Amino acid sequence: MWDFLQTYGGRLAEGTLVTAAQFALATAVALVAALAAGLGRLSAHWPVRAAATTYVEIFRGTSLLVQLYWIFYVLPLFGISLPKLTAGFLSVGLNVGAYGAEIVRGSILSVQRGQWEAAYALSMSPWKRMRRIILPQAIVLMLPPWGNLLIELLKGTALVALIGVADLMFVAKQINGSTFLSAEAFGTALVIYYLLARVLITPAMRRLERSMARRLGRA
Amino acid sequence: MELSAYPLELPPDDRPMVRFMNVTKSYGSLVVLDDLNLDIQRGEMVSVIGPSGSGKTTVLRMLMTLESINGGVIYIDGKPLTHMERKGVLVPADEAHLRRMRASIGMCFQHFNLFPHMTALQNCMEGPVQVLGLSKAEARDRSEELLKMVGMIDKKDQHPSRLSGGQQQRVAIARALAMRPRIMLFDEVTSALDPEVIGEVTEVIRRLVAEHDLTMLMVTHQMGFARDISDRICFFYKGKIEEQAAPEQFFTNPQRERTQQFLRAVKDAD
Repeated sequence: MWDFLQTYGGRLAEGTLVTAAQFALATAVALVAALAAGLGRLSAHWPVRAAATTYVEIFRGTSLLVQLYWIFYVLPLFGISLPKLTAGFLSVGLNVGAYGAEIVRGSILSVQRGQWEAAYALSMSPWKRMRRIILPQAIVLMLPPWGNLLIELLKGTALVALIGVADLMFVAKQINGSTFLSAEAFGTALVIYYLLARVLITPAMRRLERSMARRLGRA
Repeated sequence: MELSAYPLELPPDDRPMVRFMNVTKSYGSLVVLDDLNLDIQRGEMVSVIGPSGSGKTTVLRMLMTLESINGGVIYIDGKPLTHMERKGVLVPADEAHLRRMRASIGMCFQHFNLFPHMTALQNCMEGPVQVLGLSKAEARDRSEELLKMVGMIDKKDQHPSRLSGGQQQRVAIARALAMRPRIMLFDEVTSALDPEVIGEVTEVIRRLVAEHDLTMLMVTHQMGFARDISDRICFFYKGKIEEQAAPEQFFTNPQRERTQQFLRAVKDAD
């Protein structure tokens, strides 16, 4: 095992960096898409609602792998060619964003009715009510489910290997293909994925939850 | 009555602060308020009482435009609140009109509804800064003065979760007043409070009545308090005003049988 890591550690580390970058970029895409679609589904204007619902239905209702292939292999037929790195994090981000949209929508609806009414009674505009009063409280509610979703997202990035992005999974497959050290190659990948989630995502989300709770004066 | 039959504005010699004109509110087939006609004069304090389900809270919520109405028109200082003028007739108001008009109305709720992510001071500053466009410094001065008035200045940097119900309600009163409303609505503001802190909230309202010329409408279950501070008592029963009178008259010599029954029942409960 030690020999294995000495030989392939460098390449695995490079793959891990690519995975981390895909994760970070896909998270950004997911957050923006989830917020836009979550708010869109609550809009008073039906075309906005329809657009948001269509997005959520398509990206939540079909397979991530198929979406990835569509964005990478089919969109070029319509004149939109994306580099594989971009196609990778875009697909994963949009897919997770569709789930996130439901979290955003649900937590906004979970903010107590009285908060809307108090903001309304202060004559705040709908946008200010949302931005100043409702969203700050909804964000606290959405953090735990987002923690879950981001772990899903990290694992989802493994699929980008299938369009040739040289991420951790891609490197592990290459090593396996040339050496047949399957247990070592995929075992190491497994552990790295787990550690990324356990050591980076979970503690970061916990910290965020605590600091949000403090802002509500609850800690 | 057709909307075209309602005046675009009330005549200058007949402009109560609030006028409900033939106002009807129903949910499906359930009529909550039936053809309500009610004037509230400038500076008047009117208490609305009645059994639950009599529509009394709905009166306040309609005035705050939290509830739409199904018929009639509400006027504020002679101008239509629930409607606006289009080509010489009244049409249902749009969001912008409602927002403009309700700026002169403040409301306090049974469950306070303070913003939990803001301190007491920030709660009071939010409206003046975000809606009225005051500078932070102006809003702070105004808010601190009001927090002083309600006796909450030493807790100004606390979040609502650290305050008792009575304290939260006093901050909520300051928050509503910070918008400098001309009409204040109190919706059962002591109903969710422990008995021992009710006094600190009623004391604040008492002082408002004594020291300001606000027009106030209050829904309450506290008969003694209503009797002390009101200019008029409105008794609602099944979506209609069953009886209204000055407090002395109302409590000592109620005319209607429903009123007598209600007052007896309330007295027995005490």
